[in-house]
Amino acid sequence: MTNLLQTPEATQNWYLLLSTVLFSIGVIGVLFRRNALIILMCVELMLNAVNLLLVSISAYSGNVDGQVFVFFIMVVAAAEVAVGLALMVSIYRSIGSIDINVLNKLKW
Amino acid sequence: MNTLIYTSVLGFTTMLMEVLNLRKFIVPLAVIGLAVIFGLNLQDWNQPSTHFNDMLGVSNFSVAFSGLALFITMIILVMAGEYYTNDENHISDYVTILIFITAGAMMMMSFNNLVMMFLGIETLSIALYALAGSKRFDTRSNEAGFKYFLMGSFASAILLFGIALVYGSVHSFHLSLISSFISENSTLPPMFITGVILIGFAMLFKVSAAPFHFWAPDVYEGAPALITAFMSTLVKIAGFAALYRLVTIGFNNGTPQTDQMLYVVAILTLLTGNLSALAQDNFKRLMAYSGISHAGYMLLIVLSAKSHVSSTLFYYSAAYAVAGLAAFSVALPVFKSTGSELLSAFNGLGKKNPVMAAGLTMAMIGMAGIPPFAGFFGKFYLFTKAFESGLFYIVLLAVINSMIGVYYYFKVIMAMYGKQPDETQIENPLSYQLVMWVCTALSLIWGIVPSLLTDLLL
Repeated sequence: MTNLLQTPEATQNWYLLLSTVLFSIGVIGVLFRRNALIILMCVELMLNAVNLLLVSISAYSGNVDGQVFVFFIMVVAAAEVAVGLALMVSIYRSIGSIDINVLNKLKW
Repeated sequence: MNTLIYTSVLGFTTMLMEVLNLRKFIVPLAVIGLAVIFGLNLQDWNQPSTHFNDMLGVSNFSVAFSGLALFITMIILVMAGEYYTNDENHISDYVTILIFITAGAMMMMSFNNLVMMFLGIETLSIALYALAGSKRFDTRSNEAGFKYFLMGSFASAILLFGIALVYGSVHSFHLSLISSFISENSTLPPMFITGVILIGFAMLFKVSAAPFHFWAPDVYEGAPALITAFMSTLVKIAGFAALYRLVTIGFNNGTPQTDQMLYVVAILTLLTGNLSALAQDNFKRLMAYSGISHAGYMLLIVLSAKSHVSSTLFYYSAAYAVAGLAAFSVALPVFKSTGSELLSAFNGLGKKNPVMAAGLTMAMIGMAGIPPFAGFFGKFYLFTKAFESGLFYIVLLAVINSMIGVYYYFKVIMAMYGKQPDETQIENPLSYQLVMWVCTALSLIWGIVPSLLTDLLL
């Protein structure tokens, strides 16, 4: 473990692995959880996995673009959550639940 | 780039007019403003330039597509004035969001950098989530908005992961640097290929290509009809402009991996779109599946990107947009008067209101690709170009599919002329009639003189 952390490339690969794992947890959450709020949190987890990856690549390559992009992603994620929670409130008002299995008025 | 700034300023102006108690003038001002911006946009013609450190690149491609986007939004806003007569309190919200979506679409048409592409896609998508769910007391609209939001944000996250992986191998977001990275490396690192494929998945989701199409029918059906018209025209065209720009400028006209992926997706999209459309009895759902099949045809253009087909893509998009807008300009008053969105709502329209029926017939014929309408030449150029690039089998499949398409477009026509009318009278306000005439005329003119559009781009 300690040997693997000694070269920059190796550390970068660990970051890649970590963010891929986080991203996959997010994907699995989106696909298998039925509560809309948890799905939203899983999407946020995916976005943050991307942020971590971008920041680590940016730090190791000395290119600042990635870190700037992270700010854009944060802003977009905030806007997305604002709209998403508003939609969730309106769906709770009309159906009385945010379980996505209840969303069956439109056939698949 | 100025076009983008003017459009955003127009969006803020319409928002402010609500505060200044000028609600009556919002729609006229927005339409006139968009017409002025359309004119200003043309000033950039033949004057390629880059802006914001090469983040945005203005080229004839982006000017032509931005012009089309402005035209579509203008038409939609003309209809919005009539469509939202019962909801005047919120008219500024709808108009502002529609204008900002246009700004997002224009970003998607002129990006030179993946950051800009992401921002454009998100500006467009987040606003659309809100619009799709904008009938607050209608459960179906809520559900459509919410489903679109969940799946759209999931796709955005996948797009971002793809961008991050591409950044990890290229160390830049610039399309030109990504392109030179591809040409310099004979064997591409797996990280790069994974990134490109993930970006491809997300873009195919946004243009509703199979097997990423499942959201489209639900969202199109549940969303307010005017927003469905907007989604099936502008949003699809913006998605394809972005995909085409990405493939031609960023990915060197397609790496073998992406070509294989697109090939399979195009076949699946054509089959799913056309075969599922056969069974539909809801007009909006039918238009959704028709949109999916059109996405399949447009994927053929992206596949033959090597032979400079941007004019074909533009012509096809324009033809598709005017046919779709003409169809919805007839469908909106019919939905409103009958209170139903099923195909049976059109029963006997040929007897009740022959002019509207003729308009919808021409729109459907245009979509099916029968001469003399622009839709025919769109398909004709598309198949020729794809054939020249060596895509024999898939062109054959596409031709068979466009014959299947004729069947479900004629189902609408059969309902109008073959079925007995019921008692309900159809009110057809002036603005819908205007839109119908303008769009049908354009479809006919572009069909008779295709060189008006095809000679624009090389």
